[in-house]
Amino acid sequence: MSAETQDADLESAKVPLWNDPKVRALVSQVLLIILVFWFGYEIVTNTLVNLERQKIASGFDFLNTTASFGIIQTLVPYTEASSYGRVFVVGLLNTILIGVIGIFFATILGFIVGIMRLSKNWVVAKVATVYVETIRNLPLLLQIFFWYFGVLSALPTARNSLALFNESVFLNSRGLYLPKPIFESGSGLIGIALIVGLIATPIMLRWAHKRQDATGQQFPTFWTAVGLIVGLPFLAYLVSGLPVSMEYSTKGTFNLTGGLQVIPEFVALLLALSVYTASFIAEIVRAGILAVSHGQTEASHALGLRNGPTLRLVIIPQALRVIIPPLTSQYLNLTKNSSLAVAIAYPDLVSVFAGTVLNQTGQAVEILLMTMGVYLTLSLVTSLFMNWYNAKMALTER
Amino acid sequence: MAGEAKIQPYVRTEMAPTMPPPPSTVGIVGWMRANLFSDWINTILTLVGLYLVYITVDTIYDWAFYRAVWTGEDNKACLEKEVGFPVGACWAFVNAKFSQFVYGRYPFEERWRVDITFLVGAIGLAWMIIENLPYRKWVSVFMAAVFPIMALILLTGGNFELSSGSWKVLSFLAIAAFVGVAIVGVRAQSKGVDFDFSTALMIPAAIFAYLFFVFFLVDFDFGLRHVETPLWGGLLVTLVVAITGIVASLPIGILLALGRRSSMPVVRMASVIFIEFWRGVPLITVLFMSSVMLPLFLPEGVNFDKLLRCLIGVALFSAAYMAEVVRGGLQAIPKGQYEGAMALGLPYWKMMGLIVLPQALKLVIPGIVNTFIGLFKDTTLVLIIGLFDLLGIIQLNVTADAKWFAPSVHNTGYVFAGIAFWIFCFGMSRYSIYMENKLHTGHKR
Repeated sequence: MSAETQDADLESAKVPLWNDPKVRALVSQVLLIILVFWFGYEIVTNTLVNLERQKIASGFDFLNTTASFGIIQTLVPYTEASSYGRVFVVGLLNTILIGVIGIFFATILGFIVGIMRLSKNWVVAKVATVYVETIRNLPLLLQIFFWYFGVLSALPTARNSLALFNESVFLNSRGLYLPKPIFESGSGLIGIALIVGLIATPIMLRWAHKRQDATGQQFPTFWTAVGLIVGLPFLAYLVSGLPVSMEYSTKGTFNLTGGLQVIPEFVALLLALSVYTASFIAEIVRAGILAVSHGQTEASHALGLRNGPTLRLVIIPQALRVIIPPLTSQYLNLTKNSSLAVAIAYPDLVSVFAGTVLNQTGQAVEILLMTMGVYLTLSLVTSLFMNWYNAKMALTER
Repeated sequence: MAGEAKIQPYVRTEMAPTMPPPPSTVGIVGWMRANLFSDWINTILTLVGLYLVYITVDTIYDWAFYRAVWTGEDNKACLEKEVGFPVGACWAFVNAKFSQFVYGRYPFEERWRVDITFLVGAIGLAWMIIENLPYRKWVSVFMAAVFPIMALILLTGGNFELSSGSWKVLSFLAIAAFVGVAIVGVRAQSKGVDFDFSTALMIPAAIFAYLFFVFFLVDFDFGLRHVETPLWGGLLVTLVVAITGIVASLPIGILLALGRRSSMPVVRMASVIFIEFWRGVPLITVLFMSSVMLPLFLPEGVNFDKLLRCLIGVALFSAAYMAEVVRGGLQAIPKGQYEGAMALGLPYWKMMGLIVLPQALKLVIPGIVNTFIGLFKDTTLVLIIGLFDLLGIIQLNVTADAKWFAPSVHNTGYVFAGIAFWIFCFGMSRYSIYMENKLHTGHKR
C-alpha cells in the first residue's frame, strides 16, 4: 500500500461524515437556503391569499390613479388631480429638501459646538458639553414635538406676526415668511457667472498649487476663490442691469401675502433634526481633532509654520480622515430620521406616500417596498461613496 | 592714554527695584486667569458664555419654578386668565396624570403586578451591574431565565391556553433531539470513538425540561385577570419595548455578526443582506411594515398582538445595528486568538464561545450600550403606529384631554418626558463610560 492511499484511508477512517467540516458547511448552507426559500414561499403565498381575501389590488397600476388629496408643500406642480406617482415624486423631493437643508445646518452647528468643546475656555467648553449631553440623550421625536407643538404653536397669530430684520422676515404660528427672489429676464447671466466661477476655482487652485511646488511662491487663493464665486456673479448682476428683485411679504388683515412661506412643519422638523444631529456631529468632530496627536502640532511648529497654517495644512486634513466616515453616516441618519415628519404631518415621502396613499389604496406591500427602496438606495449609494473615500484617504504606508 | 576706553565690568552697585509679585497661577484666581481671561478674545467668549448660561438658567427657573403651578384639579389652575399671570410649567397636570404616564390604561386594581415587575427588574438589574455583590451569577441566571417568564405572566395575566399543537411540536422536537443524540452516540461508539452519553444527553434534557416548564407556567391559570396589551401604556410600554428589544437584539446580533464573518458564502451573503437591509431603512418604515405588512404575511387565522408585532420589528431592526457593533469587536481580536483556539482543537462554537466572543464583547460594551441608548430613544416611534409609550401617552394627554386644555400643558408634558428619557439615557451613557475606563486599564500609561 502506498503512503498516499494509506493517508486517504486514515482520513476517511478518522473523520466521520458529520464531523467533516466541508460536509457540515455544505449541509448547513443547504439547510439555510431551504429555510430562506421556504420562508419566502410561505410569505408570498400567504400574502397572495390574504390580498385575495381582503380584495386588495396588487401591482403598480395604482401609481396612475388620481390621488385627490392636497399636499401643503410641493416643489413640483401638484394638484388634487395628480396621480399617486406624482405624490411619490413630491414626497421624495420634500424628503430630499429637508435632508439637504438639515445636513447644511447640522454640519455648521455641529462643527461649532465640537470646536467649542475643545476650547481652552472653561465656560465655553462646559456650555458645549451641556448642549451635547442634553440633546443627545433626548428622543428626536420628543424634540420634534417640542419645537412644533411647544414652541412654534406658541408663536403669535398671523395678525401679530413677529417682524424681523426690518420687516423683511415675518414669523408667526403659520410659519416663516422670507423674501422671495424674483428672477427677471437677464438673470440667466448671473447663473452662468456662478457656474463659471465654480468651474474656474478648482482650476485656479490646481494652478496655484503647481506654481507653489515649482517656484515656492504663494498665491492668494482664498481671496481669488471668493472673487470668482461671489464677485463674478455679483458683477454679472450689476452688468445685466439688476434683474433680481426681492418680493417681501406684506401684512394683510388676517394673513401675510407674497414672499416665500415656509410651513411650520418644515421649520420644526428642520430645527429638531439639525439640533439633534449637530450634537452627534459635535462629538465626531471633537474625536476627530483629538485623534490627531499633539506631536503633529509640535512638529509643524518646529518646521516654522504658524498656528493658522498648522491648523489648515496639518491638523484638519488628518482630522477629516477620521471625521468624514462617521459624519457621512450621521448625514444618512438625518435623512432617515426625517421620516419622523409623519408625526407632525410634514409631507415627506413616508408621510404622504407610506401614510396617506397607503391608507387610501391599502396596497401596503408595493408602497412600503417602494419607500424602503428609496432609503435603501440612498444608504447603499452612501456606503459606496464611503468605501471609495476610505480607499482614497487610507494611509499609504511604505 | 586718554582714547583708551575703560571697560567697565558690569557690577551692580544698587539693588534692583522690588517688583510686584507675578500674577498668581494657582488658586481660583490663577485658574480663572488661565482658563477664562487669558486674552481679550477669551474674555469676550467667557462673558458671552456666562450671559448665555444666565439667560438659560433664568428662563428655566422662571418657567419651572417661579411661574409654575403646582396644584390644581383641571386646566383652570393653569390658564392665564384664571390665575392672573402667564403660567410657566403646569406641574399640577403631571401630578394629576402621573399614574397614567407610568401605567397607561392598565386597570387600577391590577397595577401591583406592574409594580412587582418593575421592582424585581430594577433590583435584579442593579444586582447584576454593581460589582462585589454576592451571587451575581445566580442573579444573572434568574434575570435571563426566570424574570422574562415572570414578567410575561404578571403583566399579561398568563393562562394563554396553548393549543395542543404547540405542545405536540415541543414534544416532537424533544424526542427528535434525544433520538439524534442517541444515533450520533451509537454510531460514534461503533467506530470506537469515545462518546460520553450522560453529558451529551444532559444538555437537551436540561433545555427541554426548561421549555416544558415554561410552557406549563405560561399555560397555567394563576387566577390573574387577563390584561390585553392595548390597555398597557406609558413607561410600562416604553420599558417593555426597550428591554425586549435589547434582550432579543443581542443574541440575534451576535449570530448575524458571526454569520457575516463566516467562511460559508451562503451564510455570509444572507447575513450581509439581512444587516444592510435593516440598517438601510428608517425604523418608522419597519414599524409600518410590522403593523400593516406583517399581518399579510401570516396565514389566515394566525394573528399577532400589535405590541408583539412591533416588538418583532424593533428587535430585528436593532439586531442589525448590534451585529455591526459586535463585528467591530470580532475584527479587533488578533488572529492569533483564533489560531490558538484552533490549535487547541476547539470546534467552532467552543472557539467562539470560550475564546473569541468573551474578549470581543468586552471590547464593544460601550458600543453595545450606545446601541441600547439609541434603541431606548427610538421606542418613542411606536406612538406613530398607535401604541402609547411614555411620549405617546403624554402626547395624547396634552393634545386630546379637554379637561386639561391649556397652552402651558404642552411644554410641561414634553419637559417631563424629556427628564424621564434623559435620566435613563444619561445613566446608560455614564455606565458605558465607566465600563470603558474600567476595561481599558491595561492600555493606559
